[in-house]
Amino acid sequence: MADLLQFLMSGLTVGAVYALLALGFTIIFNASGVVNFAQGEFVMLGGMGTAFAIAAGLPVPLAALLAILGTAAVGVALNRLAIAPARGAPVVSLIIITIGAAIFLQGAAGLLFDKQIHRYPGFSGEAPLRLAGATLLPQSLWVMAGAALTFAALWLFFTRTLTGKAVLATANNPLAASLVGINTKAIMALSFGLSAAIGAVAGVLVTPITMTAYNTGVALALSGFAAAMLGGLGNPLGALAGGLLLGVLEALTAGYVSSQYKDAVSFILIILVLALMPQGLLGRKTTDRV
Amino acid sequence: MKPKHLSLLVLTLLVVAAPFFFPSGFYYRIGALIFINAIAVTGLVILIGYAGQISLGHAGFAGIGAYACALAPEHLGLPPVAAILLGTALSAALAWLVGKPILRLHGYYLGVATLGLGILISMVLSNEAQWTGGPDGIAVPDLGLRGLLRDLGWRIGAGELWYGLAGTVMILGAWLALNLFDSPTGRALRALHGSEVAARTMGIDVARHKLHAFVVSAVYASVSGSLLALMNRLITPDVAGFMHSVQMVTMAVLGGVGSVLGAIFGATILTALPQLLTVFHQYEHMVLGLVMILVMIFLPDGLLPSLMKRLRGRDGE
Repeated sequence: MADLLQFLMSGLTVGAVYALLALGFTIIFNASGVVNFAQGEFVMLGGMGTAFAIAAGLPVPLAALLAILGTAAVGVALNRLAIAPARGAPVVSLIIITIGAAIFLQGAAGLLFDKQIHRYPGFSGEAPLRLAGATLLPQSLWVMAGAALTFAALWLFFTRTLTGKAVLATANNPLAASLVGINTKAIMALSFGLSAAIGAVAGVLVTPITMTAYNTGVALALSGFAAAMLGGLGNPLGALAGGLLLGVLEALTAGYVSSQYKDAVSFILIILVLALMPQGLLGRKTTDRV
Repeated sequence: MKPKHLSLLVLTLLVVAAPFFFPSGFYYRIGALIFINAIAVTGLVILIGYAGQISLGHAGFAGIGAYACALAPEHLGLPPVAAILLGTALSAALAWLVGKPILRLHGYYLGVATLGLGILISMVLSNEAQWTGGPDGIAVPDLGLRGLLRDLGWRIGAGELWYGLAGTVMILGAWLALNLFDSPTGRALRALHGSEVAARTMGIDVARHKLHAFVVSAVYASVSGSLLALMNRLITPDVAGFMHSVQMVTMAVLGGVGSVLGAIFGATILTALPQLLTVFHQYEHMVLGLVMILVMIFLPDGLLPSLMKRLRGRDGE
């Protein structure tokens, strides 16, 4: 029982990170129809940026804020310089562009920061909490609470603010949105900035647990993508469900089956889900119009 | 002369003439590496260029071909040539089994499903260390061709031999792919690329043709992996990794995925570029990423077709 609780705890922590990654995918996919393979680099930039700002002597909150803003700027630049000029390109081209961006950012981070592994201490100390026989790092609570807050804030943004509704309108139908006076170009930039900031938040929160290095982005992007697909691409609630489910399943596999094959879970699951229910767990059914 | 024959002639001439410009023996190895990559990329031309289906996991099949050559001689007592065939048979069987359910998917969904397949294969290769040697890799037996030639009285360096062998296989592969282009199957593939619904109304069995293209391209990747393993005499799970899959697709699309020559051109550039960039080793990733982005934005048809178009446009003036 204590074992199970332990696996659930670590699964939910990782799952919260996957959910944030999947949310980032979802926002960009809804706004532009692009699956952004550079999403994992945002997490890496958030973590590396914070680590270096702390090492430079900044207090933790300021360092985190700086890293998140910087990453958001990278997201906006990515849209402006690489995605927007290729509008209407076939899926293969867009995949190559975002993978190219991921490789570029990885190389740039290796040069700008360094190629070492980095971490900083947890925000509320390192002493593990005991909970019914399981141990829990205080930082895990930060990760889960941070993810929950991010999802709640975004829900409020999309349902209660005019700008949020404009994003939804653009996602639904860019042409109609521009006809009612929405500046869809600005919405696109906002979506990329937002998505990058969310990735950076995940990186800031999880680096004390998992550590970070310039080349951790691609693996993160793949897991986050798996989570987004699992929940149904384009659905924020699906991103949350897919992320948590994937994290817990990975932790259970690592605990009960084989820790070597825990990363296999996401891909076996993805192939099964896509083969059996191609719209994902929470995705809507679509029909092709000819 | 048909364009098909012209392409083959140009390719053969380039392969034969290039060694006259090599400053040192080292270049034979780079040439052989280019040809080996070009074989896998030619397979992707059939899948992506002809049939319009994406795969982000073809390195997995290269991994199967490579490890078949490493493991079959030791555990099954097969000669390396038979191991190549075993690898292609395994790759084809796996592609057929997995292709059936996942080729119903489109665009990103197909990309992710194939990506998952490739990653699962590379995961098995690095985790089953008692068989595969794990992440450190495993030694591969000698093909035995050089010894055979020596017994026949023909002494040839390893670099030259692999240059000739890989070049021959690449030209054969290009010949098959070019023949396929105008065959009924090739026409069917190009038709379903344009519109699956339209192809179906013309009586084309869309699912079967997609599956055929997937299996054939898997065989190309597998042969490429086998040759890579036999040439390097050592293979690591990286051969099946995500980055290798991405590299293959990038080579194909960079050069021009619609044409065999274009894709081979892309393989040449992306294989040679890192060798030239060793001076700027630090910037290798940034340059590679930048090249991928810029070509996709400014030359969406790929380098070679865009160049040809520009040349032809000038002729017309």
